[in-house]
Amino acid sequence: MITRRDFLKKTVTIAGVAVPLAAFEIIDPEKLFAQVAAEKTKVRWVFLVDTYKCVGCGFCVKACKNENEVPYDANVTRTWVERYVLTKDGRLFADTPKGARDGFATTRIDLGLGKYQDIKKDNIEKAYFVPKLCNQCENPPCVQVCPVGATYQAPDGVVLVDRTWCIGCGYCIMACPYGVRFFHPVHHTAEKCNFCYHRITKGMKTACVEACAFGARKIGNIKDPNDPVTKIIRTERVGVLKSEFGTKPQAFYIGLDEEVR
Amino acid sequence: MVHGEIWTIKELFVTPNEYIYWSVQIVMYPFMTGLVAGAFVLSSLYHVFGIKELKDIARFALVFSFALLFVAPMPIMLHLQFPFRGINVMMTSHFTSAIAAFGIVFFTYGAIVASELWFLYRKHFVVKANALRDVQDKTMLQWMEYLMYTGLTLGAFDISEQALHRDEKAIKVLAGIGIPVACFLHGYAGFIFGSVKANALWMTPLMPVIFIMSAIVSGIALCMITYIVVMEYRKFMIKRARKRWETSLEEVKGAELHVVTMTAKYLVFFLIFAISLELLDLIFRGYTAVKSWDMLRTIIYERDFYDIFIMQYGIGNLIPLILFLSPGLTIRRAVLGVLLVLFGVFMMRWNVVIGGQAFSLTFAGFMHYHLPIIPHDWETFKEGLGGALSIFLMPFVLFYFIAKVFPVFSAKESH
Repeated sequence: MITRRDFLKKTVTIAGVAVPLAAFEIIDPEKLFAQVAAEKTKVRWVFLVDTYKCVGCGFCVKACKNENEVPYDANVTRTWVERYVLTKDGRLFADTPKGARDGFATTRIDLGLGKYQDIKKDNIEKAYFVPKLCNQCENPPCVQVCPVGATYQAPDGVVLVDRTWCIGCGYCIMACPYGVRFFHPVHHTAEKCNFCYHRITKGMKTACVEACAFGARKIGNIKDPNDPVTKIIRTERVGVLKSEFGTKPQAFYIGLDEEVR
Repeated sequence: MVHGEIWTIKELFVTPNEYIYWSVQIVMYPFMTGLVAGAFVLSSLYHVFGIKELKDIARFALVFSFALLFVAPMPIMLHLQFPFRGINVMMTSHFTSAIAAFGIVFFTYGAIVASELWFLYRKHFVVKANALRDVQDKTMLQWMEYLMYTGLTLGAFDISEQALHRDEKAIKVLAGIGIPVACFLHGYAGFIFGSVKANALWMTPLMPVIFIMSAIVSGIALCMITYIVVMEYRKFMIKRARKRWETSLEEVKGAELHVVTMTAKYLVFFLIFAISLELLDLIFRGYTAVKSWDMLRTIIYERDFYDIFIMQYGIGNLIPLILFLSPGLTIRRAVLGVLLVLFGVFMMRWNVVIGGQAFSLTFAGFMHYHLPIIPHDWETFKEGLGGALSIFLMPFVLFYFIAKVFPVFSAKESH
């Protein structure tokens, strides 16, 4: 038989234990991070390339290599410029010698294996340059395939790599349809363009944008309707690369030609 | 130098960061897991479906599968830029990645093989442990052996008819569960490739199935060749001993032709299945001819023609089929056949992994892979011929030691 005294005692004890337990909430760190980040920044970084303005000087590539400490002479780069030449007899030539680090100093097309193709000036139907960099996809396949979660998407859309956690399997490099990833020659981890994250998060422009004397490269925040980049993307005709992969790339191109790969 | 640069030669329009990042070790990886899965499926054919002719080779295949199991993750370890971080795949698995499933699938499969082996050899352990316990004045070695076998029994010393019957039941159940898990282990290796949408050659839902079929083919082939070699070697040694001392009265038994013939039948069955699927894939790609087909056609019918149609389909598939299907199979012909089959499956992995990286993402350039043969640093060793050969030889070395504890041919004490 339970006495009133005992009953009260037990009730108080149980209630006393239960209240502090209820005060604890299981917090999903990812959710918390997203919440805090979303409140802090109403930002979604995007890139805009005006291919009409690019002259293939390669200053952007140089600036990027210096800024992001990708060894200057290593044959890998976070950003590069491609040259496309269509001839009157219907042939397409394209090259990007050393990622155009030194610009396109010669009119000869680099065919690899030490071979070059001379194209006569009057045989050129059209020719143009296309700068490339990470598209910071909305649906990034590189993030999807990383087995350890070393590469991840920040709430502002930029895909980053944790050098301390990358195991170096190369799956992300294989998964990227744009070929923007590589192994860093010094750190040996997966490496990619991150829109100069250390700069843009402090209100600066990326190194390549700063280095471009022709305004071919622009970075902006698509969530801000007053951003000039957003205005162009919304009002003008822009294209993206390889949309068929469903990656939803966020680097937009003005004057994108069908031949661009 | 950038990783991959040393063995990659670029031609025409290739973007700056493209190299052959997945080299020979990634060829070895599906090859070795394929052998694991194949060997297990072969052993299960006896344990689950009760195909009596495979009894001899079944026990052997299971032990060999166990030896191969330890080797399966090794190519990945040699490939990783940070092998010591490899454990992160299990510690912080990122489950949207196909590779993240590796830890779970691999350990599930390992647990199944290990438990099946234990049930299969429990009687052997008990008999050994009991015999050693009764030995007076044990030597150090005998003490160690005694402790090992006692430990291996896990305290289950009951070897009555009833208990052994229960063991058999457990083996049957485990082998039954093991088949889908083994297929999953390898199917997921196929999925790793098949799900890479950026790679036009790899991306096909058929990839996991193709991988499973060729895995079973290679596993059976490896078990056959090892079975024949071990049996013939035993016969040779016994014969030699007899000549010298004329004491041994042990029955001289080489590789049994009926075992080989029966196993070969299953091999041919799976081989035909594998070839059909691969050809279906090829025909389908040609027929649908999507954007990437121009490039793939160039790779398949021109650049890699020799590797694909001569080495893989010709030498690796067609000739073995003729060898196995012509009447009056002999051991010698079977040996040649299975060696060619193993070679064919290896070439299939090669053509998928290396062939898939032979063209640029631009579809306007090519990359050639040059396997480093003479290493000049650690990287060119581990991702070169030396590394690949070490991986290939490792299961045989492991098998030698494992077979000391799990005797595969003196079948008297186990069932």
